Amino acid sequence: MQTQHNGNGSNGTSFSWPAEGGARVPYQVFYDPDIYAQEQDKLFRGPIWNYVALEAEVAQPGDFKSTFIGDTPVVVTRDKEGGLNAFVNRCAHRGAMVCRELSGNRPTHTCIYHQWSYDLKGNLTGVPFKKGIGGVGGYGEDFDRSKHGLHKLRVAAYRGLIFASFNPDVEPLEDYLSPPMREWLDRLFNRPVQVLGHTRQWVNANWKLYFENVKDPYHASLLHVFHATFGLYRSSQQGGVIMDTHSRHDVLHAKPQAEEDLSTYESGLHSYQKGYQLADPSVLKGRPEFEGLFIQTIFPCLIVQQIANTLAVRQVLPKAPDRFELIFTYFGYEDDDEEMREIRLKQANLVGPAGLISMEDGYAAEIVQQSVTGDRSATSFVEMGGTEVANEQSLITETAIRGFWGYYRDTMGFHAGA
Amino acid sequence: MSGMSAIETRFAVEDLLYAYVACLDNDELEDWPNFFVEECLYQIIPHENVSQDLPISLIYCDSRGMLQDRVTAYRKANYYAPHLYRHVVSGVRIIGEDNGVIEARANYVVLQTHLDPVDYGSTEVYSAGEYRDKVLINDGVAKLKEKIVVVDTSRISSLLATPL
Repeated sequence: MQTQHNGNGSNGTSFSWPAEGGARVPYQVFYDPDIYAQEQDKLFRGPIWNYVALEAEVAQPGDFKSTFIGDTPVVVTRDKEGGLNAFVNRCAHRGAMVCRELSGNRPTHTCIYHQWSYDLKGNLTGVPFKKGIGGVGGYGEDFDRSKHGLHKLRVAAYRGLIFASFNPDVEPLEDYLSPPMREWLDRLFNRPVQVLGHTRQWVNANWKLYFENVKDPYHASLLHVFHATFGLYRSSQQGGVIMDTHSRHDVLHAKPQAEEDLSTYESGLHSYQKGYQLADPSVLKGRPEFEGLFIQTIFPCLIVQQIANTLAVRQVLPKAPDRFELIFTYFGYEDDDEEMREIRLKQANLVGPAGLISMEDGYAAEIVQQSVTGDRSATSFVEMGGTEVANEQSLITETAIRGFWGYYRDTMGFHAGA
Repeated sequence: MSGMSAIETRFAVEDLLYAYVACLDNDELEDWPNFFVEECLYQIIPHENVSQDLPISLIYCDSRGMLQDRVTAYRKANYYAPHLYRHVVSGVRIIGEDNGVIEARANYVVLQTHLDPVDYGSTEVYSAGEYRDKVLINDGVAKLKEKIVVVDTSRISSLLATPL
């Protein structure tokens, strides 16, 4: 059941979504602290699944990873029986952060404040001075340890990707992901993966601006000029956009073309510059592995990418209305040989915070944030490829952005305006 | 290395390091690849990965050509906020020599000053970390065989366009 919300922004100013739906985005959603707080309740702690870790990151019993769902700290663990668990990283006693490390292996998790300790499932197992000292102090007879465990989340994994939800009644993960999205995950996560490392970016912009960016194939050859500069990219290349029925997730996919079609560039694309050649093209040397590339978004915090031989998941963690962290986790397969591993390490130059074809994405979000803050009447214009939300066989479209905003508006309970 | 005293070697390595950071801070990036020998390694890797024995870098170039391509991309392809860098480097530790290759360590801090209209003139600590260098000296000219930049600041502020 979706409860309708009047969508009041901060200071009681009324807020309604423009009648054009996902084709107009009120800039207020990028800076309003009240909307940010509502997102934490309705999206991140709501009836959805949030990506939290790769199974490969918590492979052994006792392994743990500290992360966040929205801006709530959570811990993901592998218990002694091999099961996956997630709980809020907040002591059930007085709220201290229990797990104070990024990752590691521990048989139990103990809060340093008063030494309350928890097992790997989040159950409270130890309370110092529970009976007081010498019969004085302590908790009463009615104190029940089983009622004071950590806040446990629902956990499920699909193909080695771990998701968690605050809502015990959330739909099954496979249904949430949807068949068309699972097809792409099945293709990429076809065998055990090996984590190669992480990079992090701190972006001074609203987290949704990054989702707009990764759902936007229109910008790819225009903002990211590396391929065009060196005569390597074809914005006329074949590809398209696939969404789930809710249009909350999507896949952008593109296939390489045999012949370069320079006419597109020569007819006016400023980003194409002739005359530059890579001094060492080995950065692009790859192996046939997957056809083309794809970038997939799983609402609300996961991006899965396969660009040539670079494989990565990107986790988006909102920190404030105007700030998010973007974490890339790069991986290969356990059965990669040395040469394949070297190819992946070198191609990683293309993506991430210093990525030759991706460094601009966070910056693009920042320059939007810098300009939109404060004007409650202004909206964006998202009509490339029309106003519809539908799968498309074109890369010159904003359909997935419109789909995202339609789903966002409905899930947040914002009324459509006249 | 032949014929150089320890003190001459130290000066050669220090001068190389100071000239290297001046090149970056003075926006003379076209000269930057010339601080390296042709077959070189330049790597910027987060401390987070080093500490977990994971290999992924932010930048990973194993030839001078790849450094030149970074510069071309910086000038002609990539977009980033206008900014200044100021490197502050610590004293240099010479930690070893093997077959004429001198191994040196130094700490660095990079202060970034924003030149965009919103944050114009404001300065932040952009990156802190350690240089792990291997230096070759031929005919008194020191060049980098290897420069591994271990960035403690693994949470990159916005993006990393200018080399460290």
